[in-house]
Amino acid sequence: MTVLHSAPRFASNEGVVEALSAALGDMVLATKEEHGEVVLTVARDQIENALRLLRDRHEYQQLMEIAGVDYPSRPERFEVVYMLLSVTKNHRIMVKVSAAENTPVPTVTTLWPNAGWLEREVFDMYGVIFAGNPDLRRILTDYGFEGHPFRKDFPLTGYVELRYSEEDKRVVYEPVKLAQDLRQFDFMSPWEGAEYVLPGDEKAEGEAK
Amino acid sequence: MSIQLEQSPTTGDEVITNYTINFGPQHPAAHGVLRMVMELDGEIIERIDPHVGLLHRGTEKLIEHKTYLQALPYFDRLDYCSPLAMEHSYVLAIEKLLNLEVPIRAQYLRVLFAELTRICNHMLNIGSHVMDVGAMTPNLWLFEIREDCLNFFERASGARMHSAWFRPGGVHQDVPLKLLTDIADWLDTRLPELFEDAMSLVVDNRIFKQRNVDIALVSKEDALAWGFSGPMVRGAGIPWDIRKAQPYDVYDRMDFEIPVGTNSDCYDRFMVRVEEVRQSARIMKQCLAEMPEGPVASSDRKVVPPKRGEMKQSMESLIHHFKLYTEGFHVPAGEVYVATESPKGEFGVYLVSDGSNKPYRCKIRPTAFSHLQAMDFMSKGHMLPDATAILGAIDVVFGECDR
Repeated sequence: MTVLHSAPRFASNEGVVEALSAALGDMVLATKEEHGEVVLTVARDQIENALRLLRDRHEYQQLMEIAGVDYPSRPERFEVVYMLLSVTKNHRIMVKVSAAENTPVPTVTTLWPNAGWLEREVFDMYGVIFAGNPDLRRILTDYGFEGHPFRKDFPLTGYVELRYSEEDKRVVYEPVKLAQDLRQFDFMSPWEGAEYVLPGDEKAEGEAK
Repeated sequence: MSIQLEQSPTTGDEVITNYTINFGPQHPAAHGVLRMVMELDGEIIERIDPHVGLLHRGTEKLIEHKTYLQALPYFDRLDYCSPLAMEHSYVLAIEKLLNLEVPIRAQYLRVLFAELTRICNHMLNIGSHVMDVGAMTPNLWLFEIREDCLNFFERASGARMHSAWFRPGGVHQDVPLKLLTDIADWLDTRLPELFEDAMSLVVDNRIFKQRNVDIALVSKEDALAWGFSGPMVRGAGIPWDIRKAQPYDVYDRMDFEIPVGTNSDCYDRFMVRVEEVRQSARIMKQCLAEMPEGPVASSDRKVVPPKRGEMKQSMESLIHHFKLYTEGFHVPAGEVYVATESPKGEFGVYLVSDGSNKPYRCKIRPTAFSHLQAMDFMSKGHMLPDATAILGAIDVVFGECDR
C-alpha cells in the first residue's frame, strides 16, 4: 500500500519484524505489521527479558509510553502496550503483553526508571498489577478512589460525585444523581450491519422477509 | 574533682528531624495544580514526591464515547498553552489509520500554525520561568507577543485558544490573505523587536544565571532512561527533534536548525527554548514564502464534510454533511502510535480503532509525565527555591499531564 498520509515518517520497517522475532526467539507469541507500525506480542512473564534484549542489543533506548487497553470479551482482558523508541536507528516499535485482573505483569522499572509512573497509571486506570514495582500507588484518581475507571464496564458518569457541604464544612462524596439520564446517541447506520433488532422488526416474525 | 561540662542543648539525645512541606497544590510557581510533598533538611531538598492527577478529567474515557471529530476539541484542552500542537498528533493518527492524503496547502498551514503555537507556548514558558526566579518585566513583554499570537489564532479559526482548527484531512477553513501578510509583517518587525528586547534583559543577567546555571544537571544517559523529550533532551546535548528525525507534514521541506545544550542544566533548557523561537520564526517565513494555492482539506467526501455552498447545490453533499456530523466517519480497524514534536516534547497519541465511528481507545502520551517523574532525582541536594527553577525549565502544564 502506498503511503498517502503525512504522519511522522521514521526509518523503514523492512526486515525489522524478521530480525526482532529471530532475536527474541520463543518469547514472541505473535507479530504484526499494520498501518506502518510494528507490533510484537510477547509472553507475559518474559516481558522484562524481551525489553532488556531490545534495549541493550537492538538500540531501543527509550520507553516512551505504557498504554493499557481493555477488551472485556477476551479471556485475558487487558493489553499492556510498551512504546519503544530508538533514537539511533530512528525507529519505533510496540511491544504487547496480555493480562487478566489476577495475573501480574513483571515490572520494567528495573530497565527504565520512568516506567514507575507509567505502570502506576495503568494500574490506576485498569487494575493491572505490576509485580516488582516498588511504588504501585494510584496516581491520577482522587485520594481514596475505588475502582478502575478506564475499564469498559465502568460507567462514563462514575459512581460518586462530590460537592462542598456547607453544613459539614468540607467536601462530601455522594452517589451520582443525574437530573437527566446520560444519553448515548446511536448514529450507526442501520443498513450497515446493526447488531440489534430495529424497532418494529420484531413484529415481522414468521412473515416473508 | 572532675569538671562537669555543660551539655549543649542541641546535642545528645536531640534528634533533628527532616521537615516535610507541601509545595502546592495552590502555589503560583507550580504552574497549575501540582502538589509536591517535599522532605527538606533545612533548606536542602532530600526527597520530592509529586502528586499529580488533581486535574484528571478522564479525557481518554470521554474520547471513547465520542466520534472521531467530536473528540478533537478535547485535545485543545489538554495543553491549553499549545492547543494546535495537541491536535496535530491526533489528526495525524487518524490520517495514518485512514491513509488519507492531505493537500499540500493544508500541510503548509498546519506547519505554519504549529510553529506559531510553539512561539506562543515558549512565550508563556520563558516568561513564567523568568518570573519564577524573580524577574517581572520580561514576562509582561513576552505576554505582548502571546497576545499577538492569540489574535492570529482567532483570525484563523474564530477562537483564541481552543481552535479545533486542524481536522482529519486538512484544516477547517482557509485563512484570509491579509492574515498571512500580517503574520509576515509581524515576524519581521514586532516579534524580533519585543523578543530580543526581553531576552537582552535575561540571558546574560547575573541573577538569572546564578539561579539557573548548574541547577538540575542531567546526563545524556539519564535523559534517555527517564524518557525525556523535547527541550529537556536537547538541553542534555542530544540532537533529537521529531520534526527533523521523523518529519511529518512538510517539515522535510523546511530548513531549520536544532539547538542543543552543552551543560544540561536549567539555563541550557531555557536557552534551547529561546533559540527554538528564532528557528520557529524561520520556519514560518519559509512556509509563507512557499505556500501554494489550492484546497485546504482532502476532497475525500467520506471523511471531510463539503463546503456550505456545495450543499446548497448538491443532494449528495447534503447527505454527506448530514452523515459526517451525525454518524461520523468510520476508521479502519488497527492501532497506531503517532508522536509529534509539541513545544514541550514528544506528544503521542496511541489510537486503537475497531472499525467503528468512535475510537476504541485513545491513549495520550503527555510530555510532562516523564519529566515530572524525574523531579525527584533532579532536585535532590538542591535548595528549596531551586525547585521552582527546575519546574519552570521542565515546562509543565497540568491539563496535559493529568489529562
